[in-house]
Amino acid sequence: MTRKTDGTPVQPRLAAPNPYGTETSSFVTWAVRLRMPIVLALLVIVATILTDGVFARKENLVNVARQISFEALIAFGMTLIITTGGIDLSVGSLVAMTGVVAAIAMRGIGADSASLCILVGLLAGVVVGAGFGTASGTIITRFSLPPFIVTLGGMLIARGLGFIFCSGQPIYEGLPEQLTTLGSGFVLPGLLGKTLPVPVLVMLIGFAVFWLLLARSVFGRSVIAIGSNEEAARLSGIPVRRTKLMVYVLTGGLCGLVGVMHSAKLMAADPKIGEMWELNVIAAVVVGGTSLFGGRGTIPGTLVGALIIGVLNNSLNLLHVQHFWQKVVLGVVILLAALLDAGLSRLGKSR
Amino acid sequence: MVPSSPLLRCVCVRKAFPGVLALDDVSLTVEAGTIHALVGENGAGKSTLIKILAGAHRLDAGCVEIDGRNVDISGARDAEHHGIAVVYQELNLVRDLSVAENIFLGRWPTIPKTRLIDFSQLHRSATSLLASLGIDLPPKTPVGELTVARQQMVEIAHALSLDARILILDEPSAVLTPHELEALFTLVRDLRARGVGIIYISHRLDEIFDLADLVTVLRDGEHISTRPIAEVDRNRLIAEMVGRELTDEFPSRDCPIGEALLTVDRLSAGHRFRNASFAVRAGEVLGVTGLVGSGRSSLLKTIFGAVRATSGKVCAGDAVGPFKSPRQAMAAGIACLPEDRKQEGLLLQRSVRENATLANLSAYADAGILSSRRERGATSDLMRELRIKAVSTESTVNTLSGGNQQKVLLARWMDRPHRIVLFDEPTRGIDVGAKYEIYSLINRLAGEGVAVVMVSSELPEVIGMSDRIAVMHEGAITGILDNRQRQATQEQIMRLASGEVCANDS
Repeated sequence: MTRKTDGTPVQPRLAAPNPYGTETSSFVTWAVRLRMPIVLALLVIVATILTDGVFARKENLVNVARQISFEALIAFGMTLIITTGGIDLSVGSLVAMTGVVAAIAMRGIGADSASLCILVGLLAGVVVGAGFGTASGTIITRFSLPPFIVTLGGMLIARGLGFIFCSGQPIYEGLPEQLTTLGSGFVLPGLLGKTLPVPVLVMLIGFAVFWLLLARSVFGRSVIAIGSNEEAARLSGIPVRRTKLMVYVLTGGLCGLVGVMHSAKLMAADPKIGEMWELNVIAAVVVGGTSLFGGRGTIPGTLVGALIIGVLNNSLNLLHVQHFWQKVVLGVVILLAALLDAGLSRLGKSR
Repeated sequence: MVPSSPLLRCVCVRKAFPGVLALDDVSLTVEAGTIHALVGENGAGKSTLIKILAGAHRLDAGCVEIDGRNVDISGARDAEHHGIAVVYQELNLVRDLSVAENIFLGRWPTIPKTRLIDFSQLHRSATSLLASLGIDLPPKTPVGELTVARQQMVEIAHALSLDARILILDEPSAVLTPHELEALFTLVRDLRARGVGIIYISHRLDEIFDLADLVTVLRDGEHISTRPIAEVDRNRLIAEMVGRELTDEFPSRDCPIGEALLTVDRLSAGHRFRNASFAVRAGEVLGVTGLVGSGRSSLLKTIFGAVRATSGKVCAGDAVGPFKSPRQAMAAGIACLPEDRKQEGLLLQRSVRENATLANLSAYADAGILSSRRERGATSDLMRELRIKAVSTESTVNTLSGGNQQKVLLARWMDRPHRIVLFDEPTRGIDVGAKYEIYSLINRLAGEGVAVVMVSSELPEVIGMSDRIAVMHEGAITGILDNRQRQATQEQIMRLASGEVCANDS
């Protein structure tokens, strides 16, 4: 409807305003494109002021990066899935299950040869995770089932199997001591004034790889094409099934990697971890500007989304906000992000 | 109401969008009880004018008068209030609701003192409205189960249930069969007799000469002419629309016909069509026509591997099918432009570049990584070659006009050489000038030795462009007519298409 609200004419969405295409460079377009980084910057400033600068200390910033690294890694894979128009609810359970499987594998090898043991653990986690993703992806593509329901089933299966594999008890025994480096170690001493945690390094590598994949590769373009018009993609010779299968395989593999790193961080494989991760991960992706309807998504956006959530959690902790209230604040922020997204993109369109 | 003032008058309407003047002092008068045709190329300003009348756009200058009174249309409700109703090409119906529910959408009668819908009252009202319009529709049937033509009737009934005095029909004929078109014409003439003022937009000139009282030509946002239909000459009308003389609606083609590139042998796909056999040779254009539902599009899609064949054979050069996927068919040198460019062709939210390179991505990639510089270069070349009007290679496709969107889709397939090109309704919903360009492109392909198959429901186009014409009726090819000398007639085709005769010269 064309209604005058606060004096600005708002055009209906259906309108194709200009037969020769839209102007691409203008202040509003930039503001729309950079809306989430702007929100992140504002959050950082507010957090710094409210905590008297504690937030902005290097140790704390490194801490934030470490806190988001696991979920951000999975969020990169989830960005691909959501961009195809899909979803994966099984990621949290899969982290727990692969962590357990990797621990069992490592226990089997024995801690005598630590590097071989860790290598086998990593391999077991990634292969089992990717295998689980293959199963979900195959069911989704072969039987044309909605990803929501398939991965909801997968979520329960992975959670249950995780408990079954370790008989319900966390595994502490038989893990090589050197494994701790993978979860809590540091690399590149001297850089960043202090050091770079291994999980953050892995996340940054994942960021680079998935950015390249989505923004610059034939595979990524296929992902976007499928999400924006699956039939058009198929009729243009895009291998739709294979591409859709692949995004679940990749995300499953990431879950396996994170599962091993998480066990390494705790020096224990706990079948209870990863609860609610699927929703945190989806929140990071959506706050980062990826459309739940598919066809639009970026990896840098997802990193910003994960950072927004991470900064918020961290600063609320620093401010000693009660845990229950933290959840409320986080929920409100996610809603505000969605509203801002809708409002600003309408503004961008109506020009 | 002042008796001497016209029903609707637009005076010097002006509307600008960033970078383009969509309407430049356009005036238009519609008298009660007349049909006023509005013609012009895509981007001429027809849609903008309608959207102003529908309240979807605000005018920048000028005014709209109804019954001589200046009115302000700032929203859909205002338009409704002033008795203006628009039936768009893309229908706005709720597929799962019934005919009656759609006609009175949002204005359902309720049982007194409740918020419950009074269905018996609803059906009574719908039945009487439909009867008064002479439309034969079952009020309780979900509209999703109706044919597109009957859905359109529902939309018109909806408009008139609002007591519309000005009815705007935006390309209502694009999706109708000749028979359905006749029913629509009867209804429109009937409405004219009741004093409704009708604005009729169409790219098909035959219809306009058949139906309209007056015709107004717009070009590049300017009013070019308004004349009674009796004083209008067809060629001059086309010349006014495109702004230059088109000596012929269909460019001529004179190229040698070589060996068979595509051979289809007793191809069937379930109940869609059966036992289709023909061959298309290098440099030849095979037209395929028939009524809606006769299996034309399915035939094309089966050759392209998008619909699974149940029996038969397809040979494209050395490759033997039926192909199991479009990917396989493409590997055999086949390209296919789908019928419905929005549903099956374009990535509407993405850029011209991403749309143009989609079918040929590997050509722009090294080790799977795309070079956006190469993509941009190739896209600008294609835009220049096909004269695609867009601000840049990064413009979003849904901001382009229909003709330009179709050209973007063409660009996708011109991007790499194919030996066999299948077109499904290549000129549907696009203007005369762009049509001519697409015909020229088809001729160019044939001249380069490509075998072309063109499905079309517009008979003049089929006759004007094809070397041979395959006619389908209820899933079977009823005849293949020789048309080397453009000697096939519409009557011949219609007899085959309606299943009255079966020619066996294939």
